[in-house]
Amino acid sequence: MQQFNLLLTSLPDGILLGFVYGVAAMGLTLIWGVMNVINLSHGPIIALGMFGTFILFINMGINPYIGLFLIAALGLLLGVLIYFVAVNRVINAPHLSSLLATFSVNMIIIGIGTAVFTTSPYNVDFNMGSFQLGSTIILGTRLIAALIAILFTGGLYLFLYRTRPGKFIRAVTNNRAAAELMGVPSTRILALSFGLGTMLAAVSGALIATFFPFSILSGSGYELKSFVIGVLGGLGNPIGALFGGLILGLLEGIVPAFLNTAWVPVIEFGLFVVILLIRPTGLFGAKR
Amino acid sequence: MKNWRTHLGLFLPLLAVAGIVLWPVITENVSSRESAFTILKAIALASSLNILLGYTGYVSFGHIVFYGFGGYVGLYFVNEQGWSIWAGMLVGGIASGLLAFLLGKAILRLRGAYFALATIGINEAMRAFINNFDLFGGPIGMTLNFSVYKAYGGAAKALGMSFYIMAGLTFAALIISHFVRTSKFGLGLQAIRENEDAAEVMGVVAPSAKTWAYVLSAIIPGMVGVLFFFKNGNVEPHVAFPLHSSIELLVMVMLGGQGTVLGPILGAFAYQGMRGYLVTSDIFKDIQLSVSGVVLLLIVLFIPTGAIGWLRHRVPPLRRVLA
Repeated sequence: MQQFNLLLTSLPDGILLGFVYGVAAMGLTLIWGVMNVINLSHGPIIALGMFGTFILFINMGINPYIGLFLIAALGLLLGVLIYFVAVNRVINAPHLSSLLATFSVNMIIIGIGTAVFTTSPYNVDFNMGSFQLGSTIILGTRLIAALIAILFTGGLYLFLYRTRPGKFIRAVTNNRAAAELMGVPSTRILALSFGLGTMLAAVSGALIATFFPFSILSGSGYELKSFVIGVLGGLGNPIGALFGGLILGLLEGIVPAFLNTAWVPVIEFGLFVVILLIRPTGLFGAKR
Repeated sequence: MKNWRTHLGLFLPLLAVAGIVLWPVITENVSSRESAFTILKAIALASSLNILLGYTGYVSFGHIVFYGFGGYVGLYFVNEQGWSIWAGMLVGGIASGLLAFLLGKAILRLRGAYFALATIGINEAMRAFINNFDLFGGPIGMTLNFSVYKAYGGAAKALGMSFYIMAGLTFAALIISHFVRTSKFGLGLQAIRENEDAAEVMGVVAPSAKTWAYVLSAIIPGMVGVLFFFKNGNVEPHVAFPLHSSIELLVMVMLGGQGTVLGPILGAFAYQGMRGYLVTSDIFKDIQLSVSGVVLLLIVLFIPTGAIGWLRHRVPPLRRVLA
C-alpha cells in the first residue's frame, strides 16, 4: 500500500517531466531523421538554453516564459550557424566524421561555457506556486513546462505538415536526391532542420532550468536521455519522441517506488540497448 | 625476403614507442615517467580501438567500458582475494574479452550510427550497474589496501614496475594491431569496412570476424584498466567509465589516421601533447577544451584520413614504411 502511495505521488511528476524530455529528444531525432547525423552537441545546447533562462531572468528580470521565445530564436540561429560551420562539409561523409564534427562543437561550447560560467551549479529561483491533486503536490512550473512542451510539439507537427518549408523538410527526409531534382533547395532545408533541432534543445533546456539546478556540464545527462527517448520513439520520428519521453518519464516515476532510485539509469540504458537490438526502428516505427 | 617486407610497417611504430619508453629511463625523472605513462596508456587504448574502428569500420563510442570493466574485475581479485597484479591483469583481460564476445554477438548486428548509439548505451548501463553493485563497492568504488604494494617492494617500486608493465602492454597492443592488419583475418575485416555485404558474398564470415575483432580490441584495454587502477590505488565508477575518454580515443585514432598501425601512436602522442600544452599555457588554459575542439573540427573537415592517411596519399613511396 505504501508503494502504491509512493507511486501515486511520483507518477504525475514523471509524466510532466517526460513531456519536457520529449521536446529535447524531438530535436535530436529530427536532425537524425533529416540528415542521418547524430548531433553530439545536443547536450551543451540544452545547457546553453538553461543559462539563457538564467541570464534573462536573473540578470534582466524577464519572465522565463517570455524569454523562451528569445531563446528559441537564438537556438535556431545557433543551429544554422553550427550547420554551416561544422556539418555541411561532412554531410555525405561516413558517420564517424559527422559524429566527431558535432562532438568538436560540443567541446567548443563546453570550453567557452566553462570559462564564462565555471562548472559550479546555478539555480533559477522561480516559483509558480503549486496545487494539490489527490495525495500529490504538483509544482506550477512543471505543469506549465509540460504544457509548453505539448504546444511546441503541436507547432512542430503543424509546421512539418501544413507549411511549405515543413513539406520540404519531409521531402528531404524521404529522399534527398529526389527532392533536389524537384527543385527543393536541400542545403537550406538541411540548415533549417538543424536549426529547428537545436531550437528544440535550447527550449527544453530553458524549461528544465525553471525547476532543476544546473551547470554547464548538466546537458550531457539530458543528451543521453534524448538518445534513449529517440530510440524508444523511433529515430527520425519527431512525434514518436514525445511518446518516448512519456515512457521515460513514467519509468522515472514508477521505478523509484519499487527499487532504489540509483537503479533508474540501469533500467533506462538496459531498455535502450534491448530496443536497439530487437526493434531498431523504435516502438512506434520510424517514418522513413 | 618477402616475409621481411610485410613486417616493415612494424618497424617505425616499435621505434616510436621504444623512444617514449626510454625517455624517462634516461632522464630518470619521475614526472616525465608519469607523462610517458599517460602517453603509453593512450597509445595502447587507441591502438586497440583501431582494430575495431580502423580495420573493421565500426564506430565504438563506449570503448572505455572494457577498460573500466576489466579494471574493476582485476582490481577486485587483487584487492579482495589477494591475487598478484599479473593474475589480476590476466583475469581483467579475460573478463573484458568475454564481455566483448557476449556483447558482440548481440550488438554487432547493428550498423553505422545504431551501433555507435548502442555502445554509448552499454557504457552508461555498465556505469550505472557498477554504481549499484555492492561487491565492487557501489558508488564509493574500491580503495586498494596499501599492504598490497608490499609484495612488490613498497609503493615507489610498484609504481616504477607499473611503468614497465604499461610499456609491455603497449608493445603487445602494437604487435596485435600489426598482425591483425597483415593477416588474412585482417584482410577480411578491411573488406567488411569497405562493404559488408560484398565481403560476405566473397566468403568472409562477417558475424564471427566482427566478433573476434571486437574481442581482440577489448582485451588490452581490460588489462590496462587493471594496471592503471592498481597504480592509482583506487577505482570509482565515474573514473572507470568516462564517456568523454571514449571520444578522446576516437579523436586520437582519427588524428593520426585510422586503419594504420602508426596512426594511433602519432594521434595519441599529438593529442596528449597538445592537451598538456594547453592546460599549462597561460593564454589557453581556461578555454583549452575549446581550442582542442577547433583543432578537431579542422581535422575532421579538411584532413579526414588523418596525418598518416594524408602522408600516404601525398607521398606514395612512403606507403611501404608507413603502415
